[in-house]
Amino acid sequence: MKTFLILGAGTGGTMMANKLAKRLDPKEWQIIMVDKDETHYYQPGFLFLPFGYYTPDQVKQPKKKFVPAGVEYIVSDIELIEPEAGKVTLKKDNRVIHFDQLLIATGTDIHPEEVEGMLDGWRKNIFDYYTFDGAMALRAFLKDFKGGRLVLNIKEMPIKCPVAPLEFMFLADAYFTKRGMRDKVELILSTPLPGAFTKPVSSQMLGAVLEKKNIKVEADFDIMEVDAANNLIRGYDGREIPYNLLVAIPTNMGSEVIKRSGMGDDLYFIPTNKETLRSEKYENIWVIGDASNIPASKAGSVVHYAAETLIENILSALEGKPLSAKFDGHSTCHIVSGFNKSLLIDFSYDVEPLTGLYPFPVVGPFPLLKESWINYIGKLSFKWIYWNIMLRGIPFPLPPEYSIAGKKQVKSA
Amino acid sequence: MATKTISGVEVQVNEEGFMTNPSEWTKEIAAEIAKEEGIEALTDAHWKVIDFCRANAATTGAAPTLRGITNGAGVSTKDLFALFPKGPAKKVAKISGLGKPEGCV
Repeated sequence: MKTFLILGAGTGGTMMANKLAKRLDPKEWQIIMVDKDETHYYQPGFLFLPFGYYTPDQVKQPKKKFVPAGVEYIVSDIELIEPEAGKVTLKKDNRVIHFDQLLIATGTDIHPEEVEGMLDGWRKNIFDYYTFDGAMALRAFLKDFKGGRLVLNIKEMPIKCPVAPLEFMFLADAYFTKRGMRDKVELILSTPLPGAFTKPVSSQMLGAVLEKKNIKVEADFDIMEVDAANNLIRGYDGREIPYNLLVAIPTNMGSEVIKRSGMGDDLYFIPTNKETLRSEKYENIWVIGDASNIPASKAGSVVHYAAETLIENILSALEGKPLSAKFDGHSTCHIVSGFNKSLLIDFSYDVEPLTGLYPFPVVGPFPLLKESWINYIGKLSFKWIYWNIMLRGIPFPLPPEYSIAGKKQVKSA
Repeated sequence: MATKTISGVEVQVNEEGFMTNPSEWTKEIAAEIAKEEGIEALTDAHWKVIDFCRANAATTGAAPTLRGITNGAGVSTKDLFALFPKGPAKKVAKISGLGKPEGCV
């Protein structure tokens, strides 16, 4: 019996466990999945929690529920990965698992301690929304917020879901408008990027939406420290931005176990072939999702598209065939813009987001890079799709490969 | 692929002015790109960083990240921002003729 070990039972690990359980011969392979937590969070929901759009129960389910029959699921911290020896040591009972194939899906975590002074005000008037606890604490703070300067800061790229900061600001604009206090709140987005987003055309179009909603952008802002006593953040260029509420997106780093095992880059993301999704260093190690260093967005949609490539390549490798499936960096993001509207963007490694229609040319129905009600309906129905289709590895009627059909070229300024 | 004449030499560049062939780079080219980027004169401190980035890219095939530079060249983040204001990783890559750093998505 051979062992296929999966580290991490988040979006990528769970999806792949379901695909592998369907495609691997159970007489030949045993599949084991390990994760430190028992709860699976619907992470896109974290963005809605602070504004009270979702209840806490809507964003969590037991991880066990999504583990396919025949897969052994272990809840434990992972102590060490020894790739050369082909073994992984768990914290729980110091159990050692010898693997023939290893899939790493350990994700990314936020590190507020990377910014000097940030912990001084942490969960007082500085919050994150990348964790369940952070989103809930922010929800409580917002409820009593009387107005002032809400500053959102991005420490450095890459971050999980690069459109989330924009959505947060759009939702904040709608939230304060509904409460009749928008005129008492200043919204400021401070980012190390030269504009609203990483890609030029969308940066320009999203920048216009921000302006329309009176959300200020402090671009090219590299945060040096938080001066929590004076409620301001200071940049390396000397710029100071005062805040009453700081919503922080701290440094994103790969899991501690990747650091301990010496398998990561400077941010503990694993060097991964961006087309085959195999580790650059080890032939029997595969990486999916936020844990990898591929230059695609760290987002569930990317994981979903990547999984289609990965399963084919794993099966090819097991049969001794060349890895012929190539991931193109396809990413589809819903950007909720408030007031029951949202925008949709679709892009890849090589093609930046364009306007047009998705997923089918001419009929759409979802317009790209444009605010619309139907896109918002698409976003809301996504929660159901996530829990019921995506995690279970059920094929999805969307083409995994990025297509230029139905999209219009726009010249960026 | 576009070309651009820098310091009297024709080199290949992308649409943002990043050189695409590191072997076409010279120290004179670096000085001229630095001027375009608002750095009047390259000091020894600048060269320490540029030399590190060139050597690092020669082994990895890509320009190092900001963390790669501070960890590897022994320069503090604060000093790096003082030497190459506004997005040092990108700026150093440009001056060092290493192409645009990948992965800022």
